Amino acid sequence: MLGLTKQDSKLMLIVIGLVILAPFILNPFPEGSAMAQFNAGYPDLMQRFVIFGIFAIGFNLLFGLTGYLSFGHAAFLGVGSYAAIWSLKLITLNVLPGIVFAIIVAGAFSFVVGYVSLRRSGIYFSILTLAFAQMSYALAYSVLTPITGGETGLQIKNTDSPLLGGPTDGSIGRANLFGAEMGNSFELNIGNWLFTFNLGYYIAAAFMLAAFYLSIRIFRSPFGIMLRAVKSNQQRMNYTGLTPKRYTLSAFVISGMFAGLAGGLMVAMDTQVGPERMFWTASGEVVIMTILGGAGTLFGPVLGAGFIKYMENIVSKINKDILHEWFAFMPDGLEDFMVALVYPFIGKGWHLTLGIMFMLVVIFLPGGLVEGGQRIAAKFRRTKNADTPDGASKPAE
Amino acid sequence: MSKSNFTRRGVLKTGAVAGAGMALPQYLRAQESGFTNAPGASEVTLGFNVPQTGPYADEGADELRAYELAVEHINGGGDGGMLSTFSSKALDGTGILGREVKYVTGDTQTKSDAARASARSMIEKDGAIMITGGSSSGVAVAVQALCQEAGVIFMAGLTHSNDTTGKDRKANGFRHFFNSYMTGAALAPVLAARYGSDRKAYHLTADYNWGYTTEEAIRASTEAVGWETVNSVKTPLTQTDFSSYIAPVLNSGADVLVLNHYGGNMVNSLTSAVQFGLREAQANGKDFEIVVPLFSRLMARGAGENIKGILGSTNWHWSLQDEGSQAFVRSFGTKYGFPPSTAAHTTYVQTLLYADAVTRAGSFAPCAVAEALEDFEFDGLGNGKTLYRGDDHQCFKDVLVVKGKDNPESEFDLLEVVEVTPVDQVMYSPDHPQMGGAEATLGECNNGA
Amino acid sequence: MDQIIVQILNGLDKGSAYALIALGLTLIFGTLGVVNFAHGALFMLGSFCAVILSRILSASHEVADPTRLDFLGNPAMNKVFYVQDMFGEAAGAAIMDWAVPLAILFSIPVMIGVGFIMERGLIKHFYKRPHADQILVTFGLAIVLQEVIKYFFGANPIQTPAPDAFKGSLDFGVFLGYEANAIMYPYWRLVYFFFSAVIIAAVFAFLQFTTFGMVVRAGMADRETVGLLGIDIDKRFTFMFGLAAAVAGVAGVMYAPIVAPNYHMGMDFLVLSFVVVVVGGMGSLPGAVAAGFLLGILESFASMPVIVDILPGINQIIIYLVAIVILLTRPRGLMGRKGVMED
Repeated sequence: MLGLTKQDSKLMLIVIGLVILAPFILNPFPEGSAMAQFNAGYPDLMQRFVIFGIFAIGFNLLFGLTGYLSFGHAAFLGVGSYAAIWSLKLITLNVLPGIVFAIIVAGAFSFVVGYVSLRRSGIYFSILTLAFAQMSYALAYSVLTPITGGETGLQIKNTDSPLLGGPTDGSIGRANLFGAEMGNSFELNIGNWLFTFNLGYYIAAAFMLAAFYLSIRIFRSPFGIMLRAVKSNQQRMNYTGLTPKRYTLSAFVISGMFAGLAGGLMVAMDTQVGPERMFWTASGEVVIMTILGGAGTLFGPVLGAGFIKYMENIVSKINKDILHEWFAFMPDGLEDFMVALVYPFIGKGWHLTLGIMFMLVVIFLPGGLVEGGQRIAAKFRRTKNADTPDGASKPAE
Repeated sequence: MSKSNFTRRGVLKTGAVAGAGMALPQYLRAQESGFTNAPGASEVTLGFNVPQTGPYADEGADELRAYELAVEHINGGGDGGMLSTFSSKALDGTGILGREVKYVTGDTQTKSDAARASARSMIEKDGAIMITGGSSSGVAVAVQALCQEAGVIFMAGLTHSNDTTGKDRKANGFRHFFNSYMTGAALAPVLAARYGSDRKAYHLTADYNWGYTTEEAIRASTEAVGWETVNSVKTPLTQTDFSSYIAPVLNSGADVLVLNHYGGNMVNSLTSAVQFGLREAQANGKDFEIVVPLFSRLMARGAGENIKGILGSTNWHWSLQDEGSQAFVRSFGTKYGFPPSTAAHTTYVQTLLYADAVTRAGSFAPCAVAEALEDFEFDGLGNGKTLYRGDDHQCFKDVLVVKGKDNPESEFDLLEVVEVTPVDQVMYSPDHPQMGGAEATLGECNNGA
Repeated sequence: MDQIIVQILNGLDKGSAYALIALGLTLIFGTLGVVNFAHGALFMLGSFCAVILSRILSASHEVADPTRLDFLGNPAMNKVFYVQDMFGEAAGAAIMDWAVPLAILFSIPVMIGVGFIMERGLIKHFYKRPHADQILVTFGLAIVLQEVIKYFFGANPIQTPAPDAFKGSLDFGVFLGYEANAIMYPYWRLVYFFFSAVIIAAVFAFLQFTTFGMVVRAGMADRETVGLLGIDIDKRFTFMFGLAAAVAGVAGVMYAPIVAPNYHMGMDFLVLSFVVVVVGGMGSLPGAVAAGFLLGILESFASMPVIVDILPGINQIIIYLVAIVILLTRPRGLMGRKGVMED
């Protein structure tokens, strides 16, 4: 299918299925039940899943294939976001041009950063990218306030009048795609379940599927093989007369453009930008997403992105009252004890849970979450001679 | 825009019976009630969005305590707190319009992205009708814009920048906390009276919006009383050791240092200033003085002994003796064992004000609530007579000028009120240049599409 | 001119903090080849050793004071400190006053213990794993450590003052022929500088002049060969991890009076310390120290009003700008060795 091998087509189809049915899959618990807290099928989080999925897929193209660990990728996401919001403010409220600008600007910026940083390798490269990103963050927060809005960031205002159309009644313009607003949703009620189908999510998801497809193609292409060669032995590449830098720079720019796409989509879905999007912790987050999911695998980064965003948005919202609700069936003393036991790990303690999960995953699943999935799959497929090393590593990609 | 095939497939897949006609687009569902997230007959959900991780987590925790207390009081629990002292008697302890108040909490992380994600989840997933909280102006401005877009009310928490109700004001957003302009207007006369009117000031300013507006306000008002501004230096937000900014101050010809810093920045810059002996120093034949425009008790606690004798301003302090403050301190102290911070006070009051406005309006519709809040005058909530001005949705009330206490009696007893600046003195016109000038508008209130 | 001298002092002071952290980080990087993202957390733990000790020393029981009322109208409680019960009023007060210097003694065994547990329990299993895994696991550990501290101590900074004897400033200018009060520098910051210099010298002397240090240096250069010589290099590396943790710890303790400890200070320092180490050059201890002082001094100069007036925002980015320039002109930082962490 579309130039993919059978194995890859299967993966692609599974991902398409997951993405389309996400509103069902992510909302397994009925409304109003104690478990409804764990539902993630609301537009904002679904959008974030796919957007950070794109970001991580792009990062993985660089890190997973070439082994170059960029610690400044958030800068490209941020720069893309600023480009997109200015497009919405000045040119048109249609999101497509904004997204295109985001990709172009992020691509150009990553070319500059990549051109300089790729003169060094290993940790020296990481620190160079980090330095560029931190400078972008610091300047956007302070000196560049006229362009970036500084701490309070940029939003669409009712005083903005984009060149091509815009509200005339003094209301605040909304990002749209040829008139259809990103916030439009269908809600489907089945019994106690409520499923939300959000236009913005499906637009972002379409971009994510395209990004995923592109990533498979790059992984399997001669270019991808060259990138892997960079990872395994750069010197040998040099000796054979190939210039690794051309390949790594292309990978860097492509990956920066993915980040720009993610940034543009973030603005399209939620029309605001703040500089902390470029802080080093944001760059660190995408590194963690990729490693956590499984660096160098196709689907791992998406899983990692979903995992972290889920923790951030779901676990942080559980509070003491909800705990009491959960354990209400227990006798009073035991209930209080259970609440006291769980309380440090939820709500304001969600970072603690996250840290523990990082450690557990990396200790017990060296290949990331994808490996966990494989192990489970292997358990089910015992009969199909799954234990050969080849069979165990292939489905990962 | 028909996607009914999704619906059908979904029904077949789950094998459940679809509620016929329930699969309406959201905007149609909203039209039935006329606004976003119309509450059911028995419950109403509020969203408390506070920093639970990051440097302001303690402040966020205190805000959350106050919110829980407010919900308890609105639902008729506890001792009723400020409900009994509040000049409006619309709230009777049966929830809001007969609906029990429920709440959801979220973590802003003091980042605008995270704050918006959390607020959106409250609106989209939990059906929150009002969002409140926050501990920085960046977050307040970002979430306020979101609430405007989504069509819910935003009741700002601790945010002191002029921008929140200045150039970034929104029709759906309301702020009870005071702002940089008011700090300047309240502080300058006290500074002039205590330190004389021929002072030379040196500003250290946090290099972001709040710092800019605060410096602008303090400069304008101190220069109006005759002070001269010798220099102003911007410091990076991420700075922890301020020695290289503090060291040049003493020989700069200045005799007052103004620290336009908040939170960790304030604690660290003040600590450095004291270490470098500025508090005991002499300059131009006068005692050198340090001024910290915005104080909060939690930050004062972080600064420890260093704040003794230093002047600043705050929105509210638990040692106030009026009936409202005492009632609040009593119920908060009884429940949690220590007195509330100024962040806790403003969030508690905001929740009460919202509930009261809904009750008076007789509707949860944001535009009706906004109308009830606009130009609303009230008393008994700890700051004396207060006006919620309709032009910019800013509360106007007396401002407290405080001083770090020399002999604190407990770990909470760190500030003493030296003057209550009457509201007339901190009043400004809605199109004041520091507030975004004539261009700033609230826009139209939004009930949600 | 006096301003320049003050900024040099500031730079040395800042630099000594950077150098100490970078030194510990390089010990682990260089000897064990582990990218330790928890190193900032170790620094933070050190700072909290000072907080914990001063809390222990000022442990108190409460006695009701009938003459005063607290904010709820109940009789107020007066604190009576156990230390003063035990050693008498004056001696007790002095002990509490000297909590931070005492915390050095307290922190060394604690931090060595933390280092040992970390290495034996966790890091040991990651020597052969990719750097990416090391980053993830140590980052996870850093989060866990700081969240545990936050759980017990809250998010607010906690003032931990230096002893009264070190309050106030030294009139530094007088020594250089300036008039009085021209160059004042706080005593504690001078103490910090000299203390760092001593620690740095001690670590170098240890590695240079002891057999143990020699073996470790050999192990840094070629681990396998040293192993083949029948030396149990693993044990020595565990010790080095403990040493690095202790260096980070005492750096944190002494820093507590300068910047009030809070739970996320480790993360604030983490990125900076990596920049310092890399600018110094991977695997080079002198490089790390030199880079620490260089960046400290440049940062101080960049924050001078005259310079910021010419180049707005330079104080925000100076460290990163210098890092880029150095890494582009000197491929392996100031004194980096070839082939260390280059792939």
